[in-house]
Amino acid sequence: MLSGTGADAPDAPPLLFAPRRRLIFKGRNGLIASLASSAALVAVILAVLFATSGGQSFRFYFFNPHFLWIALRGDPLKAVGSVLGGIVTNIWIFLLCEVLVLVFGLLIAWIRITTTPLLVPFRLLATIYADIFRGIPFVLVIYIVGYGLPQLSLGALSNQSPAVYGCIALTLTYSAYVSEVYRAGLHSVPHGQILAARSLGLTQYATMRRVVLPQAVRTVIPPLLNDFISLQKDTALVSLIGVVETSRAAQIGQETYFNGSFLTMSALLFLAMTIPMTRFTDHLIDRDREKRLAGAQ
Amino acid sequence: MNNEVLKMSSVIKRFAHHEVLRDVSLTLHRHEVVCLIGASGSGKSTLLRCANLLETIDGGDIELFGQSLLDPRVDPDLVRRHMGTVFQSFNLFPHLSVLENIALGPVRALKRPLHEVREEAMALLTRIGLQGRAAEFPDRLSGGQQQRVAIVRSLAMRPSLLLLDEVTSALDPTLVGEVLDLLTDLAKSGTTMLIATHEMNFARDVAHQVAFLDNGVLVEKGPPDQVFERPQHDATRVFLERVR
Ligand SMILES: Nc1ncnc2c1ncn2[C@@H]1O[C@H](COP(=O)(O)OP(=O)(O)OP(=O)(O)O)[C@@H](O)[C@H]1O
Ligand SMILES: [Mg+2]
Repeated sequence: MLSGTGADAPDAPPLLFAPRRRLIFKGRNGLIASLASSAALVAVILAVLFATSGGQSFRFYFFNPHFLWIALRGDPLKAVGSVLGGIVTNIWIFLLCEVLVLVFGLLIAWIRITTTPLLVPFRLLATIYADIFRGIPFVLVIYIVGYGLPQLSLGALSNQSPAVYGCIALTLTYSAYVSEVYRAGLHSVPHGQILAARSLGLTQYATMRRVVLPQAVRTVIPPLLNDFISLQKDTALVSLIGVVETSRAAQIGQETYFNGSFLTMSALLFLAMTIPMTRFTDHLIDRDREKRLAGAQ
Repeated sequence: MNNEVLKMSSVIKRFAHHEVLRDVSLTLHRHEVVCLIGASGSGKSTLLRCANLLETIDGGDIELFGQSLLDPRVDPDLVRRHMGTVFQSFNLFPHLSVLENIALGPVRALKRPLHEVREEAMALLTRIGLQGRAAEFPDRLSGGQQQRVAIVRSLAMRPSLLLLDEVTSALDPTLVGEVLDLLTDLAKSGTTMLIATHEMNFARDVAHQVAFLDNGVLVEKGPPDQVFERPQHDATRVFLERVR
């Protein structure tokens, strides 16, 4: 017999309870379970570090308080620079490159998406640029810039300190990545927005400036911050052309004292720099997701 | 001639080999309301997009106040400032408040002073009863309210004519009325409008001229009584039968 709603009403009320084993971790039991598993994990880690012989030497090599302190302070007598002093170099290189990359990357993205005939040759150039610098390993870029430019006798361009060449190399590579981030953001703005702006008689520039860019910024910020987190870490690579920043200072300390606590201190300093940024990025991503979910209902 | 606002003569538009507008001629006079009707895909949107130069035409001519828009010296941005365009999907700017949406064109395209534009924008909002929502973002408004804001946004440019493309099609049926009322109001105050619509009753009440497009051909044009009651062509008759 056919009935409108498919099945007929059941004789007995249907069973709606979950199986018992899936109820174990509900409510208060769930909290107890998560506390217990956390405690167990911490216990295992401590046991490995303090009770095993491997743990002992690991602690001595990487977490020796004496050498951690020397790493922070530096030791002028043995020509070991301070790891803390080194991170200052990383920070200013990062800050400088960040600003340059933001501006230069936007310029490249802009050139690549505008259709003004005047810019056509530049568009090709910008595309080639982005392809090249996204395709060459950064290590090579930094050698090419750091050892290549000084050989060319190009006046001021060949007379800079290694740190400046490091900045040039970082800016070249990261602008290529960031221009792609911008481009994706600019394309994420619905075409109807552009039609509406142009229909109001706004010029192509005003449309970009007042309608497209402000909307693209929101989608662009999280991936942009992700690139900046890598940029922060990659400032260590300028040591390849002779800049003594924190990782290089740590390596010198480790070679001098045969102790890895210098590396640990340098790593901790990097974390102090990057973790606020990673947390902030995740926070923005979550907030954006919540907003979109709220908009979806 | 001097009260002709927009004149399209023998306009041809192709997408690849598909001829979407075939020899379409249509004139819009000052204070005149022309409704474009026709089946989906007949070319109504394309015609409006050609009129405000969002599409380039493949033949014929378009004149605004007697000046050909095909003249290479014509700046499309300046042309569009004379033609307000309202879309089916309101396309309000989500990052700007309702008031800023309305003020953007006058301030950034016409370079008029902000304080003067704000006053005018508030007056427009008052006209549609949304003066209390000026500071809110568009996504807080209902569809009907958003579309009415979109209409006054184009009015703020003080255009010589309005092009409206199925402005009620994306709306919940309960919200269609408020938008059509605003258009009726505008028609009464003498706004020149070219309206693509599926709302036949509205077209009958408001239009001075009704133009029927069939497969890119302007088959019939005349006062609403004539087109709706005594259509001259079979195609028109068939279309009207179907939508009734
Ligand atoms: N950008 C485009 N490229 C290719 N074909 C297009 C394009 N825009 C429109 N067309 C075609 O042109 C024809 C007319 O489309 P148009 O959007 O003008 O119709 P319409 O009358 O507005 O229809 P509707 O009532 O559904 O809005 C359609 O066959 C459509 O497929
Ligand atoms: Mg259409």
